Amino acid sequence: MGLQRYVLKRTLQAVLVVYVVATAVFVAVRSVPGDPARLVLGGNARPEELAAVRDELGLDEPIYVQYFDWIADLTRGDFGQSIFTGEAVLSRIAGAAEPTLSIGLVGICIAFLIAIPGGIVSATRKGKWEDYAATSVAFLGVSMPSFWIGIVLLLTASTFVPFLPSYGYASISDGVVTWLSHVILPGLAVGLPYAGILTRMTRSSMLEVLSEDYMQTARAKGLPPRNVLLKHGLQNALLPVVTVAGILFALLLGGIVAVEVVFGIQGFGRLLIRSIERQDFPIVQGSVIVISIIFVFMNLIVDVLYTSINPKIRYGSEA
Amino acid sequence: MSTDYGGHGSDEATRVFGIRVDRFERLHETVTSDYKAAFGLTVVVAFVLAAIFAPELAPYDPMAQEYAIMQSPSLSSAHPLGTDSFGRDLLSRMMHGARISLAVGLAAVAIAAVVGVGLGLAAGYYGGWIDDALMRFVDVLWAFPWLLVAIMLVAIFGQGVWNVIAAIAFAYIDDFARIARSEVLSIREEEFVLAAKNIGLGDREIMLEEVLPNAVAPLIVQFTVLVARAMLAESTLSFLGIGVKPTTPTWGALLGQGRSLIGQAWWISIIPGIAIVVTVLGINLFGDALRDAFDVRGEGGTP
Repeated sequence: MGLQRYVLKRTLQAVLVVYVVATAVFVAVRSVPGDPARLVLGGNARPEELAAVRDELGLDEPIYVQYFDWIADLTRGDFGQSIFTGEAVLSRIAGAAEPTLSIGLVGICIAFLIAIPGGIVSATRKGKWEDYAATSVAFLGVSMPSFWIGIVLLLTASTFVPFLPSYGYASISDGVVTWLSHVILPGLAVGLPYAGILTRMTRSSMLEVLSEDYMQTARAKGLPPRNVLLKHGLQNALLPVVTVAGILFALLLGGIVAVEVVFGIQGFGRLLIRSIERQDFPIVQGSVIVISIIFVFMNLIVDVLYTSINPKIRYGSEA
Repeated sequence: MSTDYGGHGSDEATRVFGIRVDRFERLHETVTSDYKAAFGLTVVVAFVLAAIFAPELAPYDPMAQEYAIMQSPSLSSAHPLGTDSFGRDLLSRMMHGARISLAVGLAAVAIAAVVGVGLGLAAGYYGGWIDDALMRFVDVLWAFPWLLVAIMLVAIFGQGVWNVIAAIAFAYIDDFARIARSEVLSIREEEFVLAAKNIGLGDREIMLEEVLPNAVAPLIVQFTVLVARAMLAESTLSFLGIGVKPTTPTWGALLGQGRSLIGQAWWISIIPGIAIVVTVLGINLFGDALRDAFDVRGEGGTP
């Protein structure tokens, strides 16, 4: 199978997954006992409001008509409106995306900055105290919930780094320094657990590469050990680690949502939580679909990149 | 379980629950020589005991409110870990919380294991289009972030322990399915499986009695690691207020309640957090010792 066909096949699969998710959301909303309009509007809606929503959702139509309308609206990018502000769901989500993406980006950068040196030291000093220290810290990292790291940072930051703002968010358009000072602590909170995972991955990937034949050859050729390690070793060891970054962002989501709550940042997570509390169902269901789209296509991109960078992998194979 | 057509594997070693006995000896060795593993085992045992005997061990009723100290949550010799804003003893609430956290973790991972192993066994054993269809289904499960499942369940059915369990279970089905499938693929053509087929055993008997016991070691390791992850997930959901009902004292919920009091009573947020970290770390380290002892490949360890 050529690369083009592989990309096509994986894209179709991704679209299929999103389609299944959209269908699941549709079924979930309609399988609730009682009136979906009441679910959308909440407990104390007036009868005329209920009638309006029923009309809008097409609840008087046969179920298959409702279903096709729902899918057709989604493909046009119409995800409905917030029942509180009347704003389109998509623009509401887009408006809340910047803080969330910023925290995720800073978190991933921090994770890599810690994990790559940590993993290399750990692998090259295998069995020594450096390895022991790095793996222990990595274990500690994966055992801490992000939101708790956030709380600890919040408590200690006021003493140790009083110049850092501990609450709220500043857009990157207000200046990079201001932006960074607001997202560095939340970024640390989501980044540290992932640094733990990445350190372990870098370590095992590096150990595998170190035992490869071409490393022996490079050393035998008389190249300086440092060059062998950094040029040949690191390049090959990092490939599987870097490609995980895409998947990691999706996995970071749960952490970011909770960390936004800790630091009082009005991002996507806060939007989601508040929408659940206010039972703003169009936003909740729109978010579910948007996130699954991001998640699925992020994976698609990672897979395609990985396959095209690394010719050893067969198209469409496992793993 | 052993039958006269030749054991559960190519070797003749004695097995307990499908795991070679020398593996347990190796585990014993690891736990007694490596203090990370020893720490892990100690934490796991202490946590399970605290959870089981919480009603007997807890110094106070976790729901009892002391009105005298309600306004000023404090640390004292009567309440070594302090009280919350309702004057409830935090140590007692945490011990009862350990019960719920453990129960949620075990239940969620157990459900995921049963469903996932079933899917993986069937996919690997039958192969062909069944394999394709089942594994695509598993891909869909995997592509659905667990937080969203939880959010959907809470948005539709409201808060509750079972919704949390369902959401977490949902997220881990794919892990078990992939492990079970790859184990089946690696032994499907082994002599003892073919022999079982030849003497006319049914597919289900072969899968459950011949194939499954050989996959037990990696599944146990995965189970252990996922219980730790499930507890982290539960604490995040409860902290966000979309997990268990606010009155249920899980560790995440305790932390969430402490957040508004962080200025005057930091311990309400910090101490349950330390409990979560130590327990999850202990389970992770114990899982790692199991991985070494049972000789399971791979790092695992994605969140």
